Amino acid sequence: MSDEALHRALGLTDDEYALVEGVLARAPNHLELAMFAVMWSEHCSYKSSRLHLRRLPTSAPQVLVGPGENAGVIDAGDGVAIALRIESHNHPSAIEPYQGAATGVGGILRDIFTMGARPLAVMDPLFFGPPDDARARWLVEGVVSGISGYGNSVGVPTIGGELTFDEGYAQNPLVNVLCVGALPRERLVLGRASGEGNLAVLLGSRTGRDGIGGVSVLASAGLSGADGAAALDEQKRPSVQVGDPYEEKRLIEACLALLDEGLVVGIQDLGGAGLTCAASETAARGGVGMDVDVTAVPLREAGMAPWEVMTSESQERMLAIVRPEDLAAVEALCRRWEVRSAVVGRVTAPVLDTAGAPVGMLRVRAGLDGPVLAEAPAAALADEAPLYDRPRARPADLEARLADDPADEPAGDLAAEVLATLVDPAWVYRQYDSQLFLNTVVGPGRDASLLRLAGPGLPESERGFALTTDSNPRWCAIDPRAGTALTLLEAIANLACVGATPAAVVNCLNFGNPEHPEVMWQLSEAVDGLAEACRATGLPVIGGNVSLYNESAGRDIDPTPVLGVLGLLERLVAPPPGWTWRADDTIVLLGPREARPDPFPLAGSLFARRRGRTGGRLPQFDEQALSACRFVAGEVARACAGEATSVAAVHDVGAGGLASALAEMSAASGVGLAWGDPRGHAELFTEAPGRFVVATRDPAALVASATAAGVEVTTLGVAGGDRLVLGETCDLAVAALAERCASALPAALGL
Amino acid sequence: MSLVGVVVFPGSNCEHDVVRALGALGGRAELVWHAETDLSGVDAIVLPGGFAHGDYLRPGALARFSPVMGAVAAFAEAGGPVLGICNGFQVLTEAGLLPGALQKNRGLTFLCQPATLVVASTHSALTRAAHVGDELVVPINHFSGSYVCDDATYLSLVEHDQIVLRYRDNPNGSRGDIAGIANEAGNVVGLMPHPERALDTLLGSADGRVLLEGFLAAADDAAARADLVAAP
Amino acid sequence: MEYAVRVDVTLKRGIADPEGATIERALPALGFDSVHSVRTGKAFSLVVEADSEEGAREVAGSLATRLLSNPVIEDAAVSVAGVA
Repeated sequence: MSDEALHRALGLTDDEYALVEGVLARAPNHLELAMFAVMWSEHCSYKSSRLHLRRLPTSAPQVLVGPGENAGVIDAGDGVAIALRIESHNHPSAIEPYQGAATGVGGILRDIFTMGARPLAVMDPLFFGPPDDARARWLVEGVVSGISGYGNSVGVPTIGGELTFDEGYAQNPLVNVLCVGALPRERLVLGRASGEGNLAVLLGSRTGRDGIGGVSVLASAGLSGADGAAALDEQKRPSVQVGDPYEEKRLIEACLALLDEGLVVGIQDLGGAGLTCAASETAARGGVGMDVDVTAVPLREAGMAPWEVMTSESQERMLAIVRPEDLAAVEALCRRWEVRSAVVGRVTAPVLDTAGAPVGMLRVRAGLDGPVLAEAPAAALADEAPLYDRPRARPADLEARLADDPADEPAGDLAAEVLATLVDPAWVYRQYDSQLFLNTVVGPGRDASLLRLAGPGLPESERGFALTTDSNPRWCAIDPRAGTALTLLEAIANLACVGATPAAVVNCLNFGNPEHPEVMWQLSEAVDGLAEACRATGLPVIGGNVSLYNESAGRDIDPTPVLGVLGLLERLVAPPPGWTWRADDTIVLLGPREARPDPFPLAGSLFARRRGRTGGRLPQFDEQALSACRFVAGEVARACAGEATSVAAVHDVGAGGLASALAEMSAASGVGLAWGDPRGHAELFTEAPGRFVVATRDPAALVASATAAGVEVTTLGVAGGDRLVLGETCDLAVAALAERCASALPAALGL
Repeated sequence: MSLVGVVVFPGSNCEHDVVRALGALGGRAELVWHAETDLSGVDAIVLPGGFAHGDYLRPGALARFSPVMGAVAAFAEAGGPVLGICNGFQVLTEAGLLPGALQKNRGLTFLCQPATLVVASTHSALTRAAHVGDELVVPINHFSGSYVCDDATYLSLVEHDQIVLRYRDNPNGSRGDIAGIANEAGNVVGLMPHPERALDTLLGSADGRVLLEGFLAAADDAAARADLVAAP
Repeated sequence: MEYAVRVDVTLKRGIADPEGATIERALPALGFDSVHSVRTGKAFSLVVEADSEEGAREVAGSLATRLLSNPVIEDAAVSVAGVA
């Protein structure tokens, strides 16, 4: 292969190659080309999306670390900080679901403990094709057992997530993973190198040829022979990384102990682009240079070429920056945890460029003082990938889609419709340890998960935190801007159900091919929608991840921005009310009964989706709904603090609408309800967010306090009996609802 | 006050939870690294849950060869209270300190869910404060929790009142619905459910208290015995 | 001398094998009507330094019963495949 063709095979455009030449003021050698290719890939550089992501609000008083580090960090009070991150592992999971999902968990845990935080919980939003297909089942079972196998073993509870089945994900499943960790505020560390002469120490697994992927084209580019590496066939270059939770567990304990004892000045995990990324990012953030001795990296396989060592994505590795005088202590601590450590580099002073400005150089050498194999400014690799403002275009069918409102759909069999929306994902979450650390007050399967803010090494606190992940590709396919804004409202409503006040947002933007102008339009719109909703709610975005090229056979997935929202509680000493109502409780709807502009919009609802209707007018982002969220959060927070409240049970109206919320609460309670006068089927199945079904034993007090807070209250009825009756045509036995909830998923998966 | 040693193998997960739980009950507990060979000073030992040595080969198969296990065996032999929870139970069976073995769950999936346990015997360091027939809701959290043994072993367990806890609704295919067993003397106990996860109604159940309170009482009794020294 | 040794660990007869049973249940759907009695196990390959094949077998046999298998539920079979 000629050198001109080589950069293209590595994924660099001709213009990008010219930029590299400009940066180096010469032609790059093959090793340098490989390093630029991985660092300037979409995955590492966000070159298609970064321009748009800049529009997100990222600051707020509670933010300690915003986007750009390994994880966002906020101040949670009482001297405790919380680190939060979300990522995708979509493509690896589509190829090898068990390892793809497992290494997704492993990778995000490293991002969290890199910040000095102990990972406390993981959540997994999952999207698959319909489960009546054998491949979809293989993916579901593989992904779930991968999360279970890795997460349980590594010792971090999996406390929730989402499970979505839709045709659009049949060939391109989405596997997102969110991790939250906590740390004493003063232990916060950043992934940066400093101190000329300090050592770069590689911790953890040996390096193999895992995940070299696209760069492996170099093996056939005629340079491998020169480096002594025999040309290997593709079979020997597994691009699937294999996770080892036991190694990761020891790595977590060793790294947290190193940080506790103040033995590292900076630390960074090795993820995408491996050692090249970790070395260039730590150096660039610290404004220093780094020499890496490629021959000092412990290898799992013989005969690896320098470009393979520098770009390998072998799992369970960390790069720590250590003062020379602390090296012996670091090595001793690693030995105790049976974690391998090797000095692979040292921090160097920046050099002055021709204009006299300091530049930190990343140099790859054979021997720490040996010949230089590659040399490039660390910041050029880490931060200076070209930014693309890719063409954007409104989809040609946008107007037609907006006009195709499902309001005209006939009601059909309402009882069957209610049953069809009920799915308890217990089969999935039973496979996850959701309780480790004794913090989980509300686990998977409810509106949001709620945990005590406690953990090994944290100061005592009565505080709690809540997490939810939310997405709604049905909304976002119609209108990505409004859909993403409504998704944030839905997340806030979920948090309200467990009494939490939202404090920070992370986002995982799963989109199709960015070279399709419609996809870039969707991405840009979604970012604007999120930015607007964040400003309306005063919430900062503290981190995110973008997953593009989610397409198969030329078809892009529906835009799927997944939001992870963290909420806080001042005092958590009693469980929140939950979904269970009792006979004689008064059941009310809190929040606006009617949405705007249409009172009961069905656009983007499950009801419409099940009828193949994918257009219409979405509800507006409603300030009234936001008020309802604040009111409910306040009432439930009182219950969690052990104080009296008039809320006896609560569930927000989400997928499946009011009908589904009532059915789920009925099934959980074993007690029915008759609601005589819904305004047609549209009121039953509209999914406008920010509305709550609340059970109360003191309706007068609830109405008084809600009204005083400006929140609309609609009385639906009084709980009792063993049937759920919604209007004149929907009458279901509570037992049938419970049975359907429990059996739906195992039945769909053929178990 | 007695001191409970909670053994940490590389790959243990629940050691901090056990220390926190025993502390919440007024007990005193500290972590013991698996390379330790001298356990003098502790009055009771807990092998906590997790994935010791990654559960590679078989759960507990490598942990039984950890240096600390010699001292644990000697301590058990001398009558000291030893409790294996989940992975700790697996280690105790692999080490031969309890009979039988733990196999993959009947459904071949990991199970994290509440289980209703029925106290079958109070002749053990764990169940001494409970009553036969008590129903306790305690979470299970395991992949390999199905107890197996041959007929002779099972008959012997029954004959010597060594089955201390049974599942009311068997979740994993365990022989005889066994959730926990003791040795003949009752000082060594293993169970798959996690009593440390059931100490507080905030987390769903407080039914594990009676079990761990009994174990702390056993530790106090052991502390009063001058002859009990856990050295290899 | 180095000997290549293989150790097969299988569940004892009479011990439930849910994994094997699950595989067996899937067979008819795949058209393997003539296959039954599926049992799962683990295979280990080792290289043993010993003076003789018998010596290698003895070392591997001891390892197999002490560590690689749990004699309560598993059987271990040692075979020496030849000189490594």
